[in-house]
Amino acid sequence: MLWEVDVLSADPANDHAARAVVAGAADLGIAACTSARAVTGWLIEGELSRSDIERVATTLLADPVTEQFTILELAGAPSTAADAAGPSPAASLPLVLHVLPKAGVTDPAAQSVLAALRLLGLEAAAVRSMRKYWLPALPHDEAERFAWKLLASEAIHDVVVGPLPLRALAGGRPWAFTQVAVPLDGLDDTALAKLSRERCLALSPLELSAVRDHFAALGRAPLEIELETIAQTWSEHCCHKTLGSPIDHEGPDGAVRYDNLLKETVFAATREVREALGRGDWCVSVFRDNSGVVRFDGDHDICIKVETHNHPSAIEPYGGAATGLGGVIRDVLGTGLGAKPIANLDVFCVGDPDTPAADLPPGVIPPQRLLAGVVAGVRDYGNRMGIPTIAGAVAFHPGYLCNPLVFCGTVGIMPRNTAQTEVQKGDLVVVAGGRTGRDGIHGATFSSIELTSDSEAQSGGSVQIGHAINEKMLVEFILEASRKRLFHAITDCGAGGLSSAVGEMGVSLGATVDLDKVPLKYEGLSATEVWISEAQERMVLAVAPGDWEKLARIAADEGVEATAIGTFTGDGRIELKWQEEVAGVLDCHFLHEGRPRQRLQSRYVPLPATSPAWSATTPSLGATLLEILAAPDVASKEWIIRQYDHEVQGGSVIKPLLGPGEGPADATVVRGVLGRDRGIALGVGLRHRIGPLDPWQMAAGGIVEAVANVVATGADPDRIALLDNFCWGDTRRPESLGTLVEACRACHDVAVDLGAPFVSGKDSLNNVFAWTDAAGKPRELSIPPTLLATAMGQVDDVRRVVTPDLKRPGSRLAVIGLTRDDLAGSQLEALGVVTGGAVPRIDAPSCRKTFRHLASAIRDGGILACHDVSDGGLLAAVAEMAIGGAIGATIDLGKVPTLLEGGQGRHADLTIAFAESPCRFVCEVDAESAGRMGEWLEGIPWGWIGEVVDAPRLTVTGCFDGDDSVALDALARAWRSWKSSP
Amino acid sequence: MLSPRALVLRAPGTNCDHETVHAFDRAGAIARRVHVHALAEKPSLADDYQILCIPGGFSYGDDIASGRIFALELKTRLGDLLARFRDRGGLVLGICNGFQVLMQTGMLVADPDGKPRASLAHNRSGQFTDRWVRLAATPGKCVMLQGLDQPFDLPVAHGEGRLVTRSAADLEALAAAGQLVLRYTTDGTGQATNPNGSAADVAGVCDPTGRVLGLMPHPERFLVATQHPSWNGRLDGDAFGAGLSIFASAVKAVS
Repeated sequence: MLWEVDVLSADPANDHAARAVVAGAADLGIAACTSARAVTGWLIEGELSRSDIERVATTLLADPVTEQFTILELAGAPSTAADAAGPSPAASLPLVLHVLPKAGVTDPAAQSVLAALRLLGLEAAAVRSMRKYWLPALPHDEAERFAWKLLASEAIHDVVVGPLPLRALAGGRPWAFTQVAVPLDGLDDTALAKLSRERCLALSPLELSAVRDHFAALGRAPLEIELETIAQTWSEHCCHKTLGSPIDHEGPDGAVRYDNLLKETVFAATREVREALGRGDWCVSVFRDNSGVVRFDGDHDICIKVETHNHPSAIEPYGGAATGLGGVIRDVLGTGLGAKPIANLDVFCVGDPDTPAADLPPGVIPPQRLLAGVVAGVRDYGNRMGIPTIAGAVAFHPGYLCNPLVFCGTVGIMPRNTAQTEVQKGDLVVVAGGRTGRDGIHGATFSSIELTSDSEAQSGGSVQIGHAINEKMLVEFILEASRKRLFHAITDCGAGGLSSAVGEMGVSLGATVDLDKVPLKYEGLSATEVWISEAQERMVLAVAPGDWEKLARIAADEGVEATAIGTFTGDGRIELKWQEEVAGVLDCHFLHEGRPRQRLQSRYVPLPATSPAWSATTPSLGATLLEILAAPDVASKEWIIRQYDHEVQGGSVIKPLLGPGEGPADATVVRGVLGRDRGIALGVGLRHRIGPLDPWQMAAGGIVEAVANVVATGADPDRIALLDNFCWGDTRRPESLGTLVEACRACHDVAVDLGAPFVSGKDSLNNVFAWTDAAGKPRELSIPPTLLATAMGQVDDVRRVVTPDLKRPGSRLAVIGLTRDDLAGSQLEALGVVTGGAVPRIDAPSCRKTFRHLASAIRDGGILACHDVSDGGLLAAVAEMAIGGAIGATIDLGKVPTLLEGGQGRHADLTIAFAESPCRFVCEVDAESAGRMGEWLEGIPWGWIGEVVDAPRLTVTGCFDGDDSVALDALARAWRSWKSSP
Repeated sequence: MLSPRALVLRAPGTNCDHETVHAFDRAGAIARRVHVHALAEKPSLADDYQILCIPGGFSYGDDIASGRIFALELKTRLGDLLARFRDRGGLVLGICNGFQVLMQTGMLVADPDGKPRASLAHNRSGQFTDRWVRLAATPGKCVMLQGLDQPFDLPVAHGEGRLVTRSAADLEALAAAGQLVLRYTTDGTGQATNPNGSAADVAGVCDPTGRVLGLMPHPERFLVATQHPSWNGRLDGDAFGAGLSIFASAVKAVS
């Protein structure tokens, strides 16, 4: 029997979903849709009577005060008559439209209902949630178009206009064991490339020929499951295929030959920094585990990881971002013997928010809608996990239009001496957490293939939907089991699913896995699907047989499913079985060492230097400042920040918005342990506008910005851990690979000069979108070369941190660092006031000196407020400080220390006000401490530039055109004026 | 004298349990996290405690409505345990999701027929919101708000916190009974801080005995000055936050 319970708000005025539908319809130009009602629908299948369902509706599904419900029995032949969908809530809304998760797509709400039914003593066979909309009369095709544009995502939903034709939910039959061989003998490179494409393997002909030869030597063809395992393990996503390659590079410094680019740049920097630290080395486990681990206090280490989830988010922003965050949380949970996640960060890079709909290539989601979707995904997952989302950024650039970037990061804390783990021979392979379904098949190889306008159709199966509460339960279980030391090693089931997780853990020992024992969401998965599914919220543990019962007991107490599915054997082979039959066998050595490495060629030719070209008419300083504050890159992200729970866990010290005027922070700070005063500072740096101009300076500038952000709060500049996340276009082209090599070289040099080691990182390559335009011409859009740098600093005493909001009238303002003529890639350039000129250049050794001197001034308590100067330059920085403090300031442009050539003038003023020269800070200094600034900053360029005043204005003096002044509320209004309106 | 004991009751999806334990510890209690499954297996566990707190989070995902499944679980598996806990002199505190759970159990706002007079609905904005609000308490007999006679700040972080009553008369009845003990008020600049459109600016409700309190704001997130968004350069980092007072009043009342 199939029942439908429809729940809707009793008062139409409280129907928020309906309001959004009407607003969305207006945006799409559907004039007829002036009202609507939104219904939460539940399909419940089972031997249940009408009175059972009534009890379910009244006690579980509908609120007695605010909601009403309708019950329908879906029986007999489906009818298309509108009344077959139940009574419409209003005569003016005759059309009904349903949006349901596709069969097999994770449906957390339905799982909640299924579990709650058991509390009521009712056993249902299946439950599915849906959304149902009652609309005014619309043509069928217009209703469907509307649904796909606004209400549903092709990757995960079905849309039904009119009554539901469903009469049953449950389905699926067990898979019957078969072995599928994939003969490779005799295939040439062309045939191998075709096979790779058709099977979505993302393996090159060279790699496939190594597979072919390996199996030829064994005297048999590879089985499908074996080939898939190899494809997952050798994917760009899993093994830094490009960054770890031998490369012949030609750049401005001549020819360089790398045997392994990553090892010789990023890893090498860490090694050099650690050697220099000697016995004071505070790195614990870097570039080895799922996240990078460093020393924190006497009892704890902390770890951090940042991941990308670009391609899934391009197709399904909500699910892609949510599972991106879910994945990186599991990376932290799967570090050492398990770390407790204590903070999240997220950074999004999207297309120009004002891109006209006509300019969107087919299959591309408009930037505003995409941004709203990824924000909602992070919100719903992060908030449910109870992990504060405390740091982040949003960057806009036309190059991200088709291929947005979604970075999610997590910080964790763990007891000392739990970072090192080792799987023991004879340990059980235990899978814990969510069940396995067909979701996320080919995620690892999909992320390594470029997006096309057909990606949605081809790769819908790669998009997963998260179930945060399953992961939350998993965290409770893992941390308790870890406390009792009931497992030897742990890793998350991420890209490549069980194949990668078991493969990594059994890298030398090997394992036998009974794939038929893996708990399934529904019947019908083949052995290969079970093995490579990327179903979310799963972890794999290595458990001594003697500890298994105790571990299983904790899992049961926390409501987590844990299943022993095999054994780490020690025979160096991965043996896959299905009901005692052998489904596939792989040699670990071949799997992990057998990938042939191809020598790549890269070239980098710097762009010729240009002089800044000014527009004929230049606006006033004040008007320019207002425009810059309202620019999407700079403007307040309050509409995002407030949707995130950024205070849960109670450790918050510096929030993303602070001060009486709720201004922006540079970095955020949380306590590591409640009740203790040592803190963790988190900052990011992203100089995406410099990427196309100079990849070295882009990378270097991002790193310095991330570090400057945390140093501005009072973090110790000699204890900063860095993360690199490279997102690049098509690195198969030598010119594009050349820019990547330059960025890696920058990472090395800057990290060494700052004494800040990289502890973890990730790359996402092939961020290119291909389509055919209206004229039938093949087109391609690549992202700008982008390095996201993340800095994790440590604060000795959170009671001594400093925030950017101005504190009190009468104190003085100083700027630290030199302002230069380097407007290329600045917000001023984005506004069109100036074009070209020099790129901001990093001098890392002098940055380090500045950071150390600033830190000593903050430590001595002389600094009341401090703000790093970045997007929008000096005036934007002072304006943000004034907004946060809800108090005014006066500054004299003539007193800003500069290296400008040429005399005074309007252009010089604009340059001083808005140049984004790196490594500068604005400080508010107590009048009594002012005399000590010279001593704190000895040998560093700095100058007094103004005062904090008891008037709600920002006044700029010393200008060529005379003084300029803007009211504080005008600044705040401009800064808050930009908001996504999808 | 023995320290009072506080039971912090968690369910799958509860996520403010650790900081709530920390808050009770700081207020002088001995607090323990207890899973609702463990309590259902052995209800006598509650006998060792004088305070029972349901902390914030997204119990069971809150996919149907906030707190509904947790409340259903309490009703079906633990019967009237919470009422008995209160009647034998214990205090019950529900914070955010815990408040939503208490509302769903019917302990706070039932009419004489046992039907709910009010419910917590989606915020007027339709969105989850994390922000600081200014609150004014009228404690009356509400044990845990005693002493909070000046307006104070706390953060809220929820998507479903708007009090909706069945009728204007129900709102009247709750007010007349002195149950609407905590309200959002205006901040220093005269701006209203009601974050969700709650009726009569209600942020927290106590039961007719004054021994059960539910509130949307998070007192456990303001135990020390450094948790306040404007503390830096303005408050001593070691100063106590207003939230601590609620835990301290609970501890004092049962000591």
